[in-house]
Amino acid sequence: MYGLSAVPRAGWADLQRAPAWWRLLISRVTTFCWVEVAKIRHDRTELYTRAIQPALWLVIFGETFTAIRAIPSGGRPYLDFMAPGVIAQSALFVAIFYGIQIIWERDAGILTKLLATPTPTSALVAGKAFGASIRSLLQAVVVVLLATLLGVHMTLNPLNYTVAIVVIVLGAAFFSTLSLTIAGIVLNRDRLMGIGQAITMPLFFASNALYPISVMPGWLQALSTINPLRYEIDALRGLLIGTPSNLPEDLAVLLLACVLGIGSSSRLLRRLSQ
Amino acid sequence: MAELPQSPAVDAIEISKRFKDVVAVDRVSFEVRVGEIFGLLGPNGAGKTTTIRVLVTLLPPDSGRASIFGLDAVAETMAVRRMIGYVPQQLSADGSLTGRENVMLFARLYDLPRRDRKAAVTESLELMGIADASDRLVSTYSGGMVRRLELAQALINRPRLLVLDEPTIGLDPIARTEVWERVLSLRKEAGTTILLTTHYMEEADQLCDRLALMDQGQIQASGTPAELKESVAPEATLEDVFRHYAGRHLVEEGGSFKDVRAVRRTARRLG
Repeated sequence: MYGLSAVPRAGWADLQRAPAWWRLLISRVTTFCWVEVAKIRHDRTELYTRAIQPALWLVIFGETFTAIRAIPSGGRPYLDFMAPGVIAQSALFVAIFYGIQIIWERDAGILTKLLATPTPTSALVAGKAFGASIRSLLQAVVVVLLATLLGVHMTLNPLNYTVAIVVIVLGAAFFSTLSLTIAGIVLNRDRLMGIGQAITMPLFFASNALYPISVMPGWLQALSTINPLRYEIDALRGLLIGTPSNLPEDLAVLLLACVLGIGSSSRLLRRLSQ
Repeated sequence: MAELPQSPAVDAIEISKRFKDVVAVDRVSFEVRVGEIFGLLGPNGAGKTTTIRVLVTLLPPDSGRASIFGLDAVAETMAVRRMIGYVPQQLSADGSLTGRENVMLFARLYDLPRRDRKAAVTESLELMGIADASDRLVSTYSGGMVRRLELAQALINRPRLLVLDEPTIGLDPIARTEVWERVLSLRKEAGTTILLTTHYMEEADQLCDRLALMDQGQIQASGTPAELKESVAPEATLEDVFRHYAGRHLVEEGGSFKDVRAVRRTARRLG
């Protein structure tokens, strides 16, 4: 009738062996990265509009504070000091609202279908979170280019950039799962927007994005030790402009944060879908 | 996994599910035989969708047991999912991807071998008659096309059991007939077992080999459409049957606020 008889449909697909858990995890992560790339290719407007904010931070805030020399920046021009902070900040701003997309996918019925595929919830969340980091990574590329145009001296070592990519991806994946966790608790878009707005600035100010930890008051220093953004920025600053940093500790903290974030959001995802 | 010829495609035994104070599904038992088209017929809010969600492993039942080709839906979730193709009630393809990308996504999520994926995606799109539109964004598709795309997604893993929740809801008569034809030919050519829910009498009568009438969370009667009609009166229609067993008139259109909202939202999203 529809050329069906010409199509061999011998056997049932489920007779194939299921992949091992680690293959499944890699498969889901690459799949959702592929989806994210396809979506960006179809609609690039978000990439351009999202470049505006970091450009303003670098050009206005960065240039001004370089001129007035108000913030100790370890003997480097303030703009150099600040550029890695802006990379992390813009990646954070993309990731923290990721839960909105999941709520939209739930409302559209897409989430139900994804949950009915042979994908454990944790692999689905990990796939989604790492897929989301593609957008943060593109943000980072934009900021690196802008900063270079403004005369920031960044490393030319490709190995440092490779590790920086890992750092940005881990940071973005963590903040995406944080957003998913909040989505799983508040269950609706408006409340998630509100909470997202409310926590981004505290995360930003309780970090070393704009000033070194040493100039913070004691209580803020204490608070910043539990802020994953601090470790992300410490690592990026060390890798990109060569200031002293504790890379193994930074990577360990980010990795742990990701695991915790994936754990908590996968527990809440089913609640969100019902 | 071994072939299990003697197990029914679906074996639901005394399934119950409650949400807070509402008993959505109340001790529902039925069996779907391999190769048949089985319909769950009932008004909106009868518990059809909840029953389906239990069978496709999205909801654990409070009590009772569901097995798919002999495998328990709770204990062997992943193996059961690999045997099922599922199309939920909402039009839920991703509008920001093309038709082909939507199907490819599911080819990846069902772990089709890399070398087979492209051919399988094309085959599935052709089978549902949307190959020509496959490189357009789904946001430009009509409702009937989205539904056929979703069937293409659900067929990508060559499922033994295809589960369709209100497959023709919100479609115009032509699109509806087309979906029916595809479903019928699929059963004929591939031998796929099909479980569908509907609240359209006509659909149940023409499409299904056997039916279960569901109302207020319970199965009120089951059998072939002819058997059900005979059991009520010589010249009875399915609507008479339904009125007889459910004790109230079937609501043909409309539905709860939530359903209407979901349909409108889908329409808006697809632009």
